[in-house]
This record gives sequence, C-alpha cells and structure tokens, in this order.
Amino acid sequence: MIITLTHTDTSEIANALLKARSRLGSASGLVLTLIVSAEQRSFAKAYAAAQTAAREHPCRLVLVVKTSGKTDRLDAEIHLAEDVPGEVIVLRLSGEVREHSDSVVLPMLLPDSPVVMWWPANAPDAPGDDVLGQLADRRITDAASSADPIKALEVRAMHHSAGDTDLTWTRLTLWRALLTAALDQYPMRVLSATVVGPRNNAPADLMAAWLESRLKVTVSRKPSSGPGITSVLLETPGGDIVIAREDGKTASYAIPGQPRRTVALKRRDINELLTEELRRLDADDVYAAALATLLTRDGRTMPKPEPVRKRKEAGAIAAARVAKTGARAGSRKAARVAEALSRQEPPLPASHSHPHEPHTHGHVANAPAADSSPVVENAPASEKAS
Amino acid sequence: MADDRFSGNPLRDPNDRRLPRIAGPCVLVMFGVTGDLARKKLMPAVYDLANRGLLPPGFGLVGFARREWADEDFASRVHEAVREYARTPFREEVWRQLSEGIRFVQGNLDEESSYAELAATIDELDQLRGTNGNHAFYLSIPPGLFETVIQNLNRSGLSATDRGGWRRVVIEKPFGHDLSSAKELNQVLSTAFPSKSVFRIDHYLGKETVQNLLALRFANEMFEPVWNNHYVDHVQITMAEDIGVGGRASYYDGIGAARDVIQNHLLQLLALTAMDEPISFDATNLRREKQKVLSAVLPPKRPDLHTARGRYAAGWTGGRHVVGYVEEEGFKATSTTETFAALRVDIDSRRWAGVPFYLRAGKRLPRRVTEIALGFRKAPHLPFTATDTLDLGRNALVMRIQPDEGVTLRFGAKVPGSQMEIRDVNMDFGYGDSFTESSPEAYERLLLDVLLGDPPLFPQQEEVELGWQILDPVLDYWASLKSPPEDYESGTWGPASAHEMIARDGRAWRRP
Repeated sequence: MIITLTHTDTSEIANALLKARSRLGSASGLVLTLIVSAEQRSFAKAYAAAQTAAREHPCRLVLVVKTSGKTDRLDAEIHLAEDVPGEVIVLRLSGEVREHSDSVVLPMLLPDSPVVMWWPANAPDAPGDDVLGQLADRRITDAASSADPIKALEVRAMHHSAGDTDLTWTRLTLWRALLTAALDQYPMRVLSATVVGPRNNAPADLMAAWLESRLKVTVSRKPSSGPGITSVLLETPGGDIVIAREDGKTASYAIPGQPRRTVALKRRDINELLTEELRRLDADDVYAAALATLLTRDGRTMPKPEPVRKRKEAGAIAAARVAKTGARAGSRKAARVAEALSRQEPPLPASHSHPHEPHTHGHVANAPAADSSPVVENAPASEKAS
Repeated sequence: MADDRFSGNPLRDPNDRRLPRIAGPCVLVMFGVTGDLARKKLMPAVYDLANRGLLPPGFGLVGFARREWADEDFASRVHEAVREYARTPFREEVWRQLSEGIRFVQGNLDEESSYAELAATIDELDQLRGTNGNHAFYLSIPPGLFETVIQNLNRSGLSATDRGGWRRVVIEKPFGHDLSSAKELNQVLSTAFPSKSVFRIDHYLGKETVQNLLALRFANEMFEPVWNNHYVDHVQITMAEDIGVGGRASYYDGIGAARDVIQNHLLQLLALTAMDEPISFDATNLRREKQKVLSAVLPPKRPDLHTARGRYAAGWTGGRHVVGYVEEEGFKATSTTETFAALRVDIDSRRWAGVPFYLRAGKRLPRRVTEIALGFRKAPHLPFTATDTLDLGRNALVMRIQPDEGVTLRFGAKVPGSQMEIRDVNMDFGYGDSFTESSPEAYERLLLDVLLGDPPLFPQQEEVELGWQILDPVLDYWASLKSPPEDYESGTWGPASAHEMIARDGRAWRRP
C-alpha cells in the first residue's frame, strides 16, 4: 500500500500512517527508526538496501530526499506492505524546507527507541555535527562511496564521535573474526604483520590500523591488484599465519604446523553490511581505537586539533538537540548534560575513550557524545569537582 | 618458545562484540545420517553455521550408516538436504569449503571393524584438515542402540582423549523411559565420556523464545515483583500438536505423551518459569537453580484427581477426517499408551506454595501451539458493579514458544460507549515483528554450543533424573489402572477428564 501526500506537513503524515496501520491491522513491533539521507539518483539502491535490513530489524524507515525544487514544500509517501515488517516514509524536501530537514524528521521518530542515520553516499565530514546526524544514536557512513575512500576515512577519523561507524569497518568483520580465531588456535606472539590490498583500498588501511592498535607491532601495507584485501600475514616465531584471498570469495587459511585449508570469505553486499550495523546500537570502541591509530601510523601525522570555535558551535548544537528532542524521563546523563551546558563551562579536549558504562547509552545521553564536543566527558568531571 | 606464547588473544576485546564466536577445528561424526532429523535439521544447520562464518576452516563431517555409499554419495545427500532445508541462501564457495571435509564410513553399528574404519577416517581428517583431535559424536539413532555405539566407541579408543583434543557425545531425547532406565543410560554413557562431555539435546531449549524467557524474567524490573504466589493464581504450560502418530503407533507404543513431552520439554519450561534468579548465566549456576526448583516439585498427591490421560479417537481436524489412535497402523490391542496427558504439580517453596502448575501435552489437538501462561489472581476489590465486569477474566501473561513466538498480556479494558463495561483485551509482542524473520534455528545454536563446548542450554543427568522422579508416580498409577486411556475426539482440546481435573480446582484451561 502506498499513500502519497503532497504539500503536506508532519501531522498529516502521522495521521495517514495511523489510519493505514489500523486498516492493515498489524501490531507495531518496530525496534528502531532508520533515517536515510538519499539523493534522487541513489534513491532506488538505498531503498532496496534499507528494506533488506528492515527484514532483520523491523524499523520505521525515513528516507529524506532533497529535491531541486525551488518552492518551499514537503511531499511524502507512506509505504506499508503486508509481507514486509516495518513502514517506510519517503519525505521529499524542496525549497527552504531542505534547510530544516530536522524539523521534518523529528516528529517522525518512533517514541523512545534508537535512531540510526545512514548516508549511502555524500556523508558530511563530521556526521556527529550534521543536523540530522544529531538526531541519531548511530551514524553510518560509507567511505567507499566517495572518490577517494582513504581520504574520506581519514576525514571521518578526524571528526569521529562515539556512535559513528563507517561500512569500511563492517567490511572487515569476517576477516577480523578469522584472524582472531587463528590466534586462538595458535597462541603465539606476533612479531610483525602485513596487509596486502590495492593502494587505494580503505579497508586494507583500516585493517592495518586495527592490527597495529591491537598487536602493538609494525604493520606494513603492500599493494596488490585486489579485489579488496588479498592477504593478511602475521609473523610469529613459529612461522607465518597467512589468510589469503585472491578471488574475493574463497580464502586459504594457513597456520604453522597445520595443513592449508580453504574457507569461504565473501565480499558482502551493502544489505548484509547494513544488517550487521543495525545489530549493535552502542558505540564501537574498538573501531574508534583503530581509527585513532589510522591517523598516527605509517608516517601520517596527527591532524591539527579542531579550532575552538567549532567546539563551541558543537556544544550549542548539542544543547539545541537536548531542547528539541526533550530529555528522556529518567535520563540522568541527559540532565547532567543540560546542567553542564547551562553553566557554560569551558570545554576540555575531546577524548574517544568514553567511560564503559554498561549500555546505558540512551537517546539524549548519546547526543552530546555524538558530536565532537567534550560536553559529556566534561559533565561528570565537573560534577565530581563541585 | 614458552615466552612466545601469550595469555589472552591480543586481537580479542570484550568490547568488540561484532566478532562472532567461531568454533575451534573439529570433526562431527553423525550416526544415523539417513534419518529425517539428520536430513531436515542437522545437515542444514551445519551448512547455515558455515554460511554465517561460524564454523572453523578445519571442519570435518563424517557420516556413518549401513548404506553402501562413497564419500561423494554422502556429500550429494548432504547437498540435497542443504539445498532443500537450509535457512540461509546457498553459496557455492561455502559448500566447497564444507564439502572438502565430508567423509562417509559404511558400517554396522555393532561391528567392531566398522569402528576401526571410522577411526582411520577421523585420523585422516585430523591430518588433512588440522582438526587437532577434536571429535563430536552425534547419536541420531534410537535410544536402544546407544549402548552398542558407546561401547564400541570406547573399545575402539575413539572416546579416549589421551592423544589430546576433546571428545563430546550428543544424544537426543528420550533419556530413558523411567528413573531406573535413565540411570542405566547414564551408566553406559559415563563409561566412555565424563559427564561434562555429554550433551543432551532438548531442542526446545535452543529456541530463541525459551532464552527470551530468561531475558523477560531477569532483565526486566516489572515482572519479577509479581512472579510469585502473591499475584499468580496458577500456571498453565501447554504443548499441543495437531498431528497424530502418523502410522507409527508401534514406535509410539509404550512412550506416550507424558514420557515423550512432559518429562523433558514441559518440565524444562516449568523449571525456567519457576526458578529463582541464578547468580549468573553460566552453565553451573543456571543448572543449580533449575535443579533446585525441580527438586521442590511435588508429584500429584492424588493421581486419580490431579492427572488425566487420553487417546485420540477418529474425528475431524482442520477440515480433514482422521483415524483414531486404535486404527493407526501398528497399534497393539493391549496398548494403554496415552496421546494426551495432563497433570497438576505443586512447588514446595515460599515463592510458589499454593500455586498449582498445570501441564498438558497431546496429539491431534486443534492446533500446534506451545505456551506458558501465568494466570493472575482476580483483583481483591472491584469498584464496579458486578454486571460491569461480567466479561472480565483473569489477567494473564502468556509466553508463546511456538509458533508465532512472543508475549501476550491480557487485561481488562473499557468497551467504548456510555456504559461502563469491561472486557479482556490482548497486548501483543511478536518476536518476529520486532526482530528477525531469520533468527537461527534451534539446532544451529545447539550444534554450535556443542562445538564450542558451551553447556548452559543442555540438561544434565541430575535434571533428567529429577524429571523422572516427578513423573514416575504418575506413570505407575496409570499402569496400575490396566485400562486404556479415555478417548477424545480428534481436533478437540483433550478428554473430558482433563477438563474435570482442572475444574475440580475451580479453574479452566486456557484456549491457546
């Protein structure tokens, strides 16, 4: 069932949605809101990928499309199907409405459940500072969609905030699982490591960074013609652990003293990557550590710290978000943030290692940590001091 | 060299929760590969695990049966099963990885030479696939043959771990047919395998919803306060099947609904529903709580009043006419086997004293359903007139195990209109609505747990014995009656005696 609404506003959309739901008679068991920033030309692909992901994670899918129209207007389509869980809302923004996409999306968020933002392409440099990105607990970007993926990943690394992930990282999961299993079976000290993959391959660079951040050894990068990462070698005193994949499908797996074996290691498509991404809704510290290493390893220099002006801006944005989304009842962290903001304390340097609170990352709680502002880190500290 | 080993894998980080648990290299030996279970559940589960990247690169699958098959014949048999029944899409490269480790051994379960051949095949796989001497034996065979196989495994040295690696054995229910036979079975198993290496599969416990029962009870604050005799009036645990014995009366004879279902599945569900909070969810602590509550379960004091049994008669079910149990092929005229069993048990603990637990299981009931329903007490005072609340029943919390897994909360709501009229409504949570339609099959989870050596979901001998202690008096009483069970029409909710049994306590069965 597709319902089209032109020249509309969000309360009309909400009404139409409610009516359609009761007509279909389906109960709402949706677990999250997935916002997708799509462009006219990548729309179909993004829609298909998000639909697949919705199969495993029934969600309200909000597709935000900015059109080239000059008049200020909002058009919407509601897609509901009996065979697909979840619901899809396509919002087309024209004219000045484009600048206020958050005002359109905010009323569309499901109550009290996580929000994930996905940019299939053209992600902002700092997703956490983005006007829609701020509404989300998790922000998913894909460096592979840009002309220079490695550069794009580095820019993400510079502006990383808790809750960001890039699909470059997701692409590594199966590799990482195999390497970890290899060291489980052959628990030897690793002396050095080599990652082989095409020169402009962002996953290969990130893999090298991850290995370096975990193993604390030199990791070298060697070029190959791909596709993707073609091999990873861990040098140990007893011989080399090698996982090599030439065809992008099947890998050979070699551990010292054991026969060489083959293992399926497919390059996964975007649907599977997105589905994995939605499985976890908290910040990924291991990824953050790998990103930090990416910036410092192998002759790259640490980027200059961001100008203070930017931080202030971020702080203001966070404050605005708290005001907008409304602190969730019982969210003490949010209250603390609001308090800290009202006191206008000078920001401390941002840190990626956020405290390991057992999964209490709620909506608002995550919001300030989400941009690169130091508000969250700062708030508890100042509380202790007072 | 010793300095070069590390303790704790540096690539592992407890925060890195993306990384799946991959089983170590091993060989899975399947006895009874020609059976339905192997074809429809086990082989597809192995493939699905491989497809999800959870099987190690060194993995071997050995089939053992009487058929004269070569490795390729067996592989193509597995291939067929995977194509037809696997949950995840078929991928050639995954199949290639899997098929490299597939072997078949032709032999008889009672011939020593067959086991020597099996040992040679496993040895070869150890060399070729680097399986490190880790072997799991899956006995997908009738329980009468367990002893033969175990003895032969022992004799041929296949169960010995003196050359390193682990050995595990997996068996399916029934675990005996009464207390003494369960003990005997355990005796046999323990001659070859230590108890921690014996994995008893109750596939119900691998179901996501059963695990969700633990999450519902212990991850939330709002349910535990009412989870006791202050608020709960009684509990009903139902497992209904719409099918009959399907021409296998001779196989089913002497087993019956109580032994087949209540002894294992329903008592496990009871234990998970009634147990106290374990200190942690590791195998030892979880089992300790289950055992504690099972040992507090009292068998029915008056089996004549608190049990019921039945046998389906011909009738119409789901628009089809079906034959009765006595007309099924292979039925013995002397049989007193029940196809429906219901009983009331009580739990002697502070939490549950005075709350009866009604268990029922049967075949040829109107529909296939398994659920646990907590019926709450009525409100002590209703500030409405009696006519207002005429339609108001008990509040209920229902955990639906299958199909349509989820949770239902039943409570009273006002009927719209100027009258104050209160009626029961349902609030539904569907597991499949909020999560995936592709949640792993129970066997996938259980098989992976066997390979990982992770035992929390497997009942151990103590639990099995406690189950028989509860059931034995009932079975003895039924045997002493020397009469066939009461008939009930196929496609109805059991015999009249089952309804009378619960009506005696002033309650009624829920229609699931």
